[in-house]
Amino acid sequence: MAQIIIKGLRKEFGAFTAVQSSSFTIEDGEFFMLLGPSGCGKTTTLRMIAGLELPTAGEIWIGGEEVAQKPASQRDIAFVFQMFALYPHLNVRRNISYPLISQGMPRAQVRAKVAEVAQILGITDILDRPVGGLSGGDRQRVALGRAIVRDPKAFMMDEPLGALDAEFREHMSLELRALHDRMGATTVYVTHDQLEAMQMGDKIVVMNHGVIEQFGTPQDIYDKPATMFVAEFIGSPCMNLMRFDGRVAAGSTEVLLANVPVAIPRQHDGLSGSLAFGVRPEHVQLSTDSPYRAEVRATEYLGTTQIVTLKTAQGEVKARTGSEHRIGVGDSVGLGFDARTITLFDAKSGHALRSDLNAGVLQNV
Amino acid sequence: MSDVTLTGIRKSFGTQVAVKAMTMDIPDGSFVVLLGPTGAGKTTTLRLIAGLETPDAGDIRIDGRSILRDTPADRNVAMVFQQYSLYPHLTVRDNLAFPLRSPMLRTPEAEITRRVAEVAEVLRIPHKLDNKATNLSGGEMQRVSIGRALVRSPSIFLMDEPLSSLDAKLRADLRIELKRIQSDLGATFLYVTHDQIEAMTMATHVGVLDQGQLVQFGTPREIYENPASLYVASRLGLPRINALPAALFGGAPAGAKTIALRPEHVQQGQGKPAQVIRIEHLGDQTRLHLMLEGHAFTTLTDPHSPLTSGDTVAIQPRDALYFDASGSRIA
Repeated sequence: MAQIIIKGLRKEFGAFTAVQSSSFTIEDGEFFMLLGPSGCGKTTTLRMIAGLELPTAGEIWIGGEEVAQKPASQRDIAFVFQMFALYPHLNVRRNISYPLISQGMPRAQVRAKVAEVAQILGITDILDRPVGGLSGGDRQRVALGRAIVRDPKAFMMDEPLGALDAEFREHMSLELRALHDRMGATTVYVTHDQLEAMQMGDKIVVMNHGVIEQFGTPQDIYDKPATMFVAEFIGSPCMNLMRFDGRVAAGSTEVLLANVPVAIPRQHDGLSGSLAFGVRPEHVQLSTDSPYRAEVRATEYLGTTQIVTLKTAQGEVKARTGSEHRIGVGDSVGLGFDARTITLFDAKSGHALRSDLNAGVLQNV
Repeated sequence: MSDVTLTGIRKSFGTQVAVKAMTMDIPDGSFVVLLGPTGAGKTTTLRLIAGLETPDAGDIRIDGRSILRDTPADRNVAMVFQQYSLYPHLTVRDNLAFPLRSPMLRTPEAEITRRVAEVAEVLRIPHKLDNKATNLSGGEMQRVSIGRALVRSPSIFLMDEPLSSLDAKLRADLRIELKRIQSDLGATFLYVTHDQIEAMTMATHVGVLDQGQLVQFGTPREIYENPASLYVASRLGLPRINALPAALFGGAPAGAKTIALRPEHVQQGQGKPAQVIRIEHLGDQTRLHLMLEGHAFTTLTDPHSPLTSGDTVAIQPRDALYFDASGSRIA
């Protein structure tokens, strides 16, 4: 078990820079998510921590030891891949015990260790079965067992649930997280699925084009996005970014959207020019009397809630409201915005402007 | 555009029964979504209507006329598959025009030009008409393959998971597009999916399939609020409906085996004490995983709830659904 510190980590493949200069700390026992679209550098980062790639520059500290240029075998880390590779000709017990036997651990000790791991994973009754006939879930558990059995300092997981169907994935993600809570091992987990990251992670790093966009707890990243990329990558539907040209002064508590004053958290930065007004769909209210007008484009029923797509002077906006409101396509409605939740962005740089809402969080970016 | 009726349709493949005595009315101008897991018989139903499979028993009528003896080409149905298959060497325009140029139809060239322009407008791709089909994004390619079905004005559109190979954002956009296209044209759609979001957001009617049988047919709201069985109840809703022993809270009607509670119907503050196992902050909602007398279940709570694992919350049911031992709804 160990704390992992990443400092100025960089990786180039020829002329291509996969990871620019990443710095973050993974606390001992944390379930840590590396999140981003394909090609953002998240898997490269994971592979550098595991020792499968050597960084071009930077430091990696695992449990107080600098290991950036050490081979994987000297790092005491277990890697779980998306495609769980099991030895097809060996049974479950021998698949799990393999890493211990190859370390030369005495037989009796191996038996005890395998029994303990099987207990944790709930696979004691299938230990003597061949892996060929197992269900996807059991195969996944065996693959995990093989990683756990070595008591490594940390686990690296590269989209381990990526190949599973939605229903089963939901189940395995809960199980994986429960397993982590029992064992308390530091885990670094790569995914492109924002929901999976929000669901399972203690902390999330959001990456894009080899750069860390934001680093924090799931709720902070959701409520206080540091960049427009994060605002749009997290949430389903994502945060609305209503673009407008205007001016906001330091200390001000409202902006003009289509000449309608709209309340916002007290701003710490001033800016004039191209701005974006960021509001999550559940913080957009439909009200008849609001002067900010919109036209209903579509409604999508989701059970207790519905998503309403609206046409506004600032582009398309999605609102999440209770499904008991009957709303017709083509209706003209007024919009209200929950002032405490608004983030303004500099639309040119994509960065959030500091305000009473997010100043505390943006300091660590 | 037309009514399509299935009466007592059966289809087996060897000993495997794919569709069992299915009877279903697809009203003119409706958007019917068939929802069910893999193997429920969704795709077979589509293929039977398209004429790609022949039923063992039963009848299929379009506007009252049986089409079982018609060849697939004579049925005037259009099918859109999961994997778009466009002619890579042709432009978007020629891909769209292709079905109209079929020797069976003998469409005049002026008519073809008019239809293609019209459909391109509906699909919002008029500026792409002269692009090579391979020179399009995934979403555009899928729109062109839908467009190839639209040019023909068939009596029914049959769609087999057309959005499932697209990424999440594009899928969300195309859901709205498809719904708009269908209602603008007043077309009849039969759409197959295992994605409950697609079913709820697009359908005028949802048909829930279980092992080759249509177990419930109604509006998304009816299916969500008033499911006929535990199976149907667990097909819609995220997080999934909680199924617990009926006696857990007391007050269950006679014969009830299961009490089913949607996450939003677990009321906090009063009732029995449950342990918090885990909290998931998903941003817009926070899921609370609870344990009550050995039974795990999920509810929702305020995004900024101070609860942590190990805490105890009092809970009681609200608007509960009750099911008997066979899974049928009794209250």
